[in-house]
Amino acid sequence: MSMTPAILGDFGEGIEFLFSERESVSGGVQIGGPAEMADFCATHMLVSVAAVLIACALAIPLSLWLGHIGRGDFLATATSNVGRAVPSLALLAFFISFVGLGYVNVISVLVLLAIPPLITSTYVGMRQVDRDTVDAARGQGMTGFEIVRKVELPLALPTIFGGLRIAAVTVVATATIAPLANVQTLGEPILTPQTYGIVGQIGASILVASITLLIDFLFARLQRAVTPKGLKLAGDAPAKGPRFSLPTRRRLRST
Amino acid sequence: MNAAVLAQLKIETPGGSGSCVADNGFCPEWIADNLDRYWTPLLEHVFLTIVPVAIGFVIALGLAVLAHRRRWLTGPIVTITGIFFAIPSVAAFFLLQPLTGLGYTTAMVALVSYTLLIIFRNITNGLRNVPAETRDAALGQGLTDRQLLTRVEFPMAVPEIMAGLRIATSTTVGLAALAVFAGAGGLGSEILTDRYFKSNVVVAGGLAVLLAAVLDLALLGLQRVLTPWQRARA
Amino acid sequence: MTTNTADTSGPNANPTPAATLEFRHVQKVYPGSGQPAIQDLSLEICAGEICVLVGPSGCGKTTAMRMVNRMIDLSDGDILLDGRSVRDRAPAELRREIGYAIQQIGLFPHQTIAENITTVPKLLGWSKDRQRARVTELLELIGLDAEMASRYPAQLSGGQRQRVGVARALAADPPLMLMDEPFGAVDPIARARLQNEFLRLQAQLRKTIVFVTHDIDEAIKMGDKIAVLKTGGVLAQYATPAELLMYPADKFVEDFVGADRALKRLALQRVRDIDLWKAALVRVGEPVAQARAKLADADLPIAMLVDAENRPQGWLSDRAFTGERVTAEVRSPAEPVADLDDVLRDALSDLLSTETRYGAVLDARGAMAGVLSLEVIQHFLHAAPAEARSGAELVSE
Repeated sequence: MSMTPAILGDFGEGIEFLFSERESVSGGVQIGGPAEMADFCATHMLVSVAAVLIACALAIPLSLWLGHIGRGDFLATATSNVGRAVPSLALLAFFISFVGLGYVNVISVLVLLAIPPLITSTYVGMRQVDRDTVDAARGQGMTGFEIVRKVELPLALPTIFGGLRIAAVTVVATATIAPLANVQTLGEPILTPQTYGIVGQIGASILVASITLLIDFLFARLQRAVTPKGLKLAGDAPAKGPRFSLPTRRRLRST
Repeated sequence: MNAAVLAQLKIETPGGSGSCVADNGFCPEWIADNLDRYWTPLLEHVFLTIVPVAIGFVIALGLAVLAHRRRWLTGPIVTITGIFFAIPSVAAFFLLQPLTGLGYTTAMVALVSYTLLIIFRNITNGLRNVPAETRDAALGQGLTDRQLLTRVEFPMAVPEIMAGLRIATSTTVGLAALAVFAGAGGLGSEILTDRYFKSNVVVAGGLAVLLAAVLDLALLGLQRVLTPWQRARA
Repeated sequence: MTTNTADTSGPNANPTPAATLEFRHVQKVYPGSGQPAIQDLSLEICAGEICVLVGPSGCGKTTAMRMVNRMIDLSDGDILLDGRSVRDRAPAELRREIGYAIQQIGLFPHQTIAENITTVPKLLGWSKDRQRARVTELLELIGLDAEMASRYPAQLSGGQRQRVGVARALAADPPLMLMDEPFGAVDPIARARLQNEFLRLQAQLRKTIVFVTHDIDEAIKMGDKIAVLKTGGVLAQYATPAELLMYPADKFVEDFVGADRALKRLALQRVRDIDLWKAALVRVGEPVAQARAKLADADLPIAMLVDAENRPQGWLSDRAFTGERVTAEVRSPAEPVADLDDVLRDALSDLLSTETRYGAVLDARGAMAGVLSLEVIQHFLHAAPAEARSGAELVSE
């Protein structure tokens, strides 16, 4: 019974931490409050946005092309399998120990984490486009580029944005451990309890969780927005929430 | 016998094996000598993977059966498990801290909640992908709803359910590395404490990847055993 | 009538007697739809008969069939299986007693052929031995190798799967079978073969069968009785195939049956079923006077030269009759020839494709049995259909 107010108290203090400065646990420095949080938040967003953009630039054109010509089942499967299996912490530690600290390394790690879902979703999205539709487009005299731009890409967009959504959420979540490489994101209060204390950890966690959920929500809306109206009407609209499937799975067939 | 004595010696004097470790190089020799210190973290990691996936499977299975009977529940379940899925695990650990403190329980709760969406969606999709005519033929022959579910829909959904378990498992191996922040040990704890030491990072990270691969293969093997009909093609 | 299985020693030692089925003022209105899908449908189906429900899409034929095993529930009226209302039965229990085969077959891809076939026997709790024996028996019945039992559906051809679908429906020896376009998913040649096989099976099994199709030709071929339904589930006509072709009840049935219904009737008849003309059968060396007397007595003005066993040698020309005795002056060979067992439509086709106006009809020994002409066929088409049979009795192979 008496636990409830205590819990609320912890969360309440955590939220308060975000809005007002206080002295650090070890004393001497002022921590918390909007100014510092805004700083952390800016860094957090900077590395995240940079990573997602770079990952998109690297992954999407390549997988669009592979999806268009229909080669890359192996790449799509392998990247998603390997991508999932490598722990983000191990990847970051690998960069820290082999390359060093700093922004470039953190962004590199985040790019590497964002690429697999982008490759898989783009490739799968392109391959999912009904072959008859593509054939009809070719039959009407569209060039390869026109087919990608006018037929395949619009139909693949919902799936691509599904991958983008997973990539964005993964990147923002992983940026939390960037302080291990001396990049002060919102993970700073979480990973330095000796300065920020439990209150700082909870406060920053609340903020990180809220931001991630907001991003998840925005990308869900975006995914909905890029779905062609015809697909929505046909009931093929992307399912709520991300989809999880291993590519090149045999479809169930009844006889 | 001599080798064992030597190994003992080296652990006592890490710098003694030469300049490799001191220079923070990649030292196969050091790795060979120190492999056994990764044994316990590896076992913890296995535990941190298998238990959450197993618990997550049981919960997701229950939710999927529920949503199969009451279609309207699917939306709310996906939304709620989707929120669990999106919350970064590091944040989740500290958000749980006031409730469960730090340690195994916290790590488990966070990791379980992470698997729910993945497994739930795959079970649901698997059940729904059973063709209408198969369902019709089953009911037409006099299967009850429950028999339809247990004898037809579930067996036919096994490939998708197993795909979900495989994704959930390899994802959980990666996330379990973060359980160190919840104070639950695992390979992540090795990685974090000696994160500047290349040999350590490679071994601990490599073991995690290896674990994911082994578990994935095991699940793939299980799927093959469970679905002999998938390999049979004319 | 019962599917009591406990006291049966062999897998199919006591075949269940066929059931009667009656639709009594059946009505079906789907919620939210003003128009009924079935309106006041009354039908009686005799035990051991194939009743085909036929009609254009949207006529409610499948709905009518599915109400029998309560896959769809009745809105009004009743359906009686052996005099007992299906409304009083628990759906699952009722369905286990009724064979069910659909166009998409719906075999379970995760189960072997044997497991698929024993779906209902398993539900009824048959012993493993009895199930195994039944599988062997059914595979033989449908003409599949025994080794197919351990295969999976994906390893079978389309036609083989359709056969397994029928075998599965037959597995528990149901007194009634529901078949919704059961041969619809294969090519026309395979379909014809499956239809013939099934009719041969049915000649043995004598099940009561409700058979749904949109194809009037299939209906004529398979049905002992045909129920033609119009849009909105109104029964337009319920009759034997011959009656349907001869006396369509209204314009709808007439159009649905098709402009070639005379030809379709011919497809229902064999040469032996109609009154053939009698020809003058003449042998070489026979006195001309005697031959002329035969000619005068015959239905046609030319004579057929036959050998000692009355086998036709050719139509005689007038010059054969110029001397004392008949000579072998043949004007044209004895073509076309038809057997008594030939279907009339085929015989007519032969007749139309040669110059001769007459076709020799032979009996089983090859001797002349009579002569077929266009006039004979026309006469038949105008006569009453009393002697017309159902198509189901026609298939032979």
